[in-house]
Amino acid sequence: MNLNRRRVLKGMMGGSAVTVGVPLLNLFLNGNGNALADGAPMPVRFGTWVWGLGMNDAIFTPKKIGRDFDLPEEIAALKPVQKHINLFTRFNTFKDGAPLMCHHTGWVILRSGIAPTPAVTRPGETIDVTVAKKIGNATRYSILSATATGDVRDSYSYESQNSVNAPEYSPIRMYQNLFGAEFQDPNAAEFKPNPKAMVRKSVLSGVLDEAKTLQREVGAEDKARLDQYFTSLRDLEKQFDLQLTKPLPLAACKAGAANRDEPSAGLDAVRVGERHGLMTKLMVMAIACDQARVFNMGYAGETAATTKPGYEKPHHTATHEEPTDPKLGYQVEVSWFTRRAMENWAEFVKAFAEQKEGDGTLLDNCLVYAMSDISYAKIHSLDNIPMFTAGTAGGKVKTGYHIQGAGEPGTRLGYTLMKVMGLDIGSWGTLSNTTSKEFGEILV
Amino acid sequence: MKFNVHRPLLGALLMGAALAGCSNEGGKTEQTAKAAPVPPAFELASSPPRHRLMSAEQYQNTISHIFGSDIAANAQFAPLQRTEGLLALGASTAGVPFGEMQKLQRAAALVAAQVVDDGNLDLGVPSHRDSLIPCKPADAALPDPACAKTFLGMTGRLLYRHPLPEARLTQMVDEAGKSATQLKDFYAGLASVIEGMLISPEVLMIHDRTEPDPERPGRRRLDGYSYAARLSFFLWNAAPDDRVLRAAESGELSTAKGRERIVDMMLASPRLEEGVRGFFDDMMAFDTFNNLAKDASAYPAETGAALTAAREQTLRTIYDHLIVKKGDYRDLFTTRSTFMSPELGPIYRVPTPKGWVKYDFPADSPRVGILTHVSFLASHAHPGRSSATRRGKALRELLLCQPVPLPPPNVDFSALNDPTSPFKTARDRVSFHLQNPVCAGCHKITDPMGLALENFDGAGQFRATEMGTAIDPSGALDGKSFKDVAGLADSVRNHPALPSCLVRRVLSYGTGSPVEREDRPLVDYLTGHFAEKGYRYTDLLREIVLSPAFYDVTERAPEQKSASAAN
Repeated sequence: MNLNRRRVLKGMMGGSAVTVGVPLLNLFLNGNGNALADGAPMPVRFGTWVWGLGMNDAIFTPKKIGRDFDLPEEIAALKPVQKHINLFTRFNTFKDGAPLMCHHTGWVILRSGIAPTPAVTRPGETIDVTVAKKIGNATRYSILSATATGDVRDSYSYESQNSVNAPEYSPIRMYQNLFGAEFQDPNAAEFKPNPKAMVRKSVLSGVLDEAKTLQREVGAEDKARLDQYFTSLRDLEKQFDLQLTKPLPLAACKAGAANRDEPSAGLDAVRVGERHGLMTKLMVMAIACDQARVFNMGYAGETAATTKPGYEKPHHTATHEEPTDPKLGYQVEVSWFTRRAMENWAEFVKAFAEQKEGDGTLLDNCLVYAMSDISYAKIHSLDNIPMFTAGTAGGKVKTGYHIQGAGEPGTRLGYTLMKVMGLDIGSWGTLSNTTSKEFGEILV
Repeated sequence: MKFNVHRPLLGALLMGAALAGCSNEGGKTEQTAKAAPVPPAFELASSPPRHRLMSAEQYQNTISHIFGSDIAANAQFAPLQRTEGLLALGASTAGVPFGEMQKLQRAAALVAAQVVDDGNLDLGVPSHRDSLIPCKPADAALPDPACAKTFLGMTGRLLYRHPLPEARLTQMVDEAGKSATQLKDFYAGLASVIEGMLISPEVLMIHDRTEPDPERPGRRRLDGYSYAARLSFFLWNAAPDDRVLRAAESGELSTAKGRERIVDMMLASPRLEEGVRGFFDDMMAFDTFNNLAKDASAYPAETGAALTAAREQTLRTIYDHLIVKKGDYRDLFTTRSTFMSPELGPIYRVPTPKGWVKYDFPADSPRVGILTHVSFLASHAHPGRSSATRRGKALRELLLCQPVPLPPPNVDFSALNDPTSPFKTARDRVSFHLQNPVCAGCHKITDPMGLALENFDGAGQFRATEMGTAIDPSGALDGKSFKDVAGLADSVRNHPALPSCLVRRVLSYGTGSPVEREDRPLVDYLTGHFAEKGYRYTDLLREIVLSPAFYDVTERAPEQKSASAAN
């Protein structure tokens, strides 16, 4: 039975909610629970996670390379998820001739392959956007972004230097946007296509014509913006189509009740952790419900301003002002902040690993890329910015490894991940950040 | 931001249709001063055409003006990139990726549903359709092209900021009819078309369209509707109303006399408050307050409500001083008049009744001018302590238009925090910075004036001592030394860069373009006139919007510019 969109629409025309038949053969997992019934593999999702202000090499970097690496005290919290992650150390980012923009340069390079300059400070297209263009078209959100800082300005996702993807910054708003009135539960017994979706699509054609006319009126620089506007309207049109299509049942999808009270504003580590935890749960469920296949979570903003209750200096200020403990050999309070970040990274990975999907877990079908903005924050070092991956991307990536470089471009990791996600690219990055070398060590 | 409660424009249009064309609000045409000779800097000025994305506040204000302040817009707009000191300039380059489009569509659906809702008598919720739609369909379950055309024509003109072309209006009426048929609801049909309007680039982007300038052959100027839009988004932070659009339609805005009449009407309108607040909120970088929080263990009184009130206090003070009292702009930095609310009482240690009340700090109070408001002091400080450097930097960059270079990447202040350190006060710590030549270059620019504000902690609360040591609030600003914060206030007030910076910011905010090298003679001219008029803000606004720089447009070669500095 081929139930195409038009046939679905036929059932809902007239505005009344109806029960719509669905093409059974495509809906259920195969006998092994590791693929769809028609043999199509489970979709692999791509995510990113960002923390601020790097690490202290002496207590962060494992001595052992390869599998079963040791967990120094600053990453001891990763023990429960060690088997799900890979850690990459001693890889560099290169600003080439551009000035060092402190907490900006590093993450821009690792997420776009290009060093920012004073004239072009923002990344052109970040890796999540590049991947979303490949895999993000079939879901309600092409990219789902969130920040635990509560500040909508803290984004690491750019379509172009003038187009930022603003993150969800409030757990309650995130819940409402994801699972509010517009959410179509894939497991609902009755499918009620939103009758407004069809008329919205129809009305959109006139708006698209207006955008097309405007494209012809403006100069080159603005034309690019109008082109993007037009494309966004087109994507909206596809969204209306999706709303008219019965979603595939997904056993893992169980949207819960609304969040409890919103954590109050502020950046103290407790509140940030609460926000991060709530948003992580929502993100996991959104991915399990196939609302998005690309996702971003920011634990801290650029120039992380996380605070510790009772300690007057925010994280960033502490990196510059706290003396190094002569006995321990590192900045104690700064390390406190990094440890909180690693605890939250571990929670993030664990949440995906605990979500069942088919005969495995959601994390099995994810590939998550985590990075910081800097290595040793006290001197804004771009050398040795730590990076992680989590998940096996549907069995394509091995995990549990510590991979150590010798100053090669850190962009190798982003390049590798894009290849895993099926992007047909020969190289990534510019100037010294250019790479065409994958990490074969982690590829199955 | 503050949004006034007022009657929706659509409702007003319905009630006052008979008065169309009769308005003489402002009515100052006859009082226009005799034109003085204008110098080349003024006469030859122009600005580039722009295609600006509407801001969240402009969207909210526009919806509120057209449909009524009880229509919740609740739109989530991506944050703009602060450029040359203003978020508004980021609107000229901002794009709309798909994720943002989805948010705008959700907001559009929400607004459209409210506009056509039928209310609920039992709950006391009024019917918006009855007040906003000027006709009733013969059958609410069927299309009614005549009624749809009336409503969509009126609404479209206000949202698009020009009359809809007949063919487009016909298309919309057809769409409304098709939707009404499918949904069996005339009003739902209208809502679907309103939704479409609210995500149109013709509505969400403010386009500068041009025409030849007959008064200056060889040059181009904004056409009447584009001038109306530029004026209105600048002065009212919202789309133009019926009166301004009528002036564009009639050609009145194409004449000097007509422009003066409309500008004077707009400057006299209560909507000017939204424009003034919008500009100063941007210039003062108050978007910081959207996520500002203080360490509760250090400053328990500085709650989220207190910080919201702090922002409001300064905006109220600015509007009252500049518009209500028609005060000298420079006196904002020395005035002791302000407003107080219960949320701020504990921080200022002032007893306050309910609501906002006028308040004057005593003559011997260290609170003098808006730099001593909690808004400035708390937003340019750390969560748990003050910062002379941040305050000095903000003063330089926000108010004097003097960018401060980025700190060196390998900055190390750890000696300041050595447990055996003798540094007790901020002045001690700053002195340490100045011993290091690498640090001293920039800290000399920022710290001497920031130190004069050290009597205020990171929450903006007064303190006489820090760690048991008396605070020395003396300082200096560009060669002027002072012994306390009152001296700083006087120095800022009399700093020559203060008015010229405001002129730069207002000009670029209004035109959507940064002030460039070729604009300097114009800025000098406008600054001179600003001074001659006693630094009255409305005079500055009037001068700018009536200047060729505002309505004449010329494409400029793209320049390699540095955007807002990343830290």
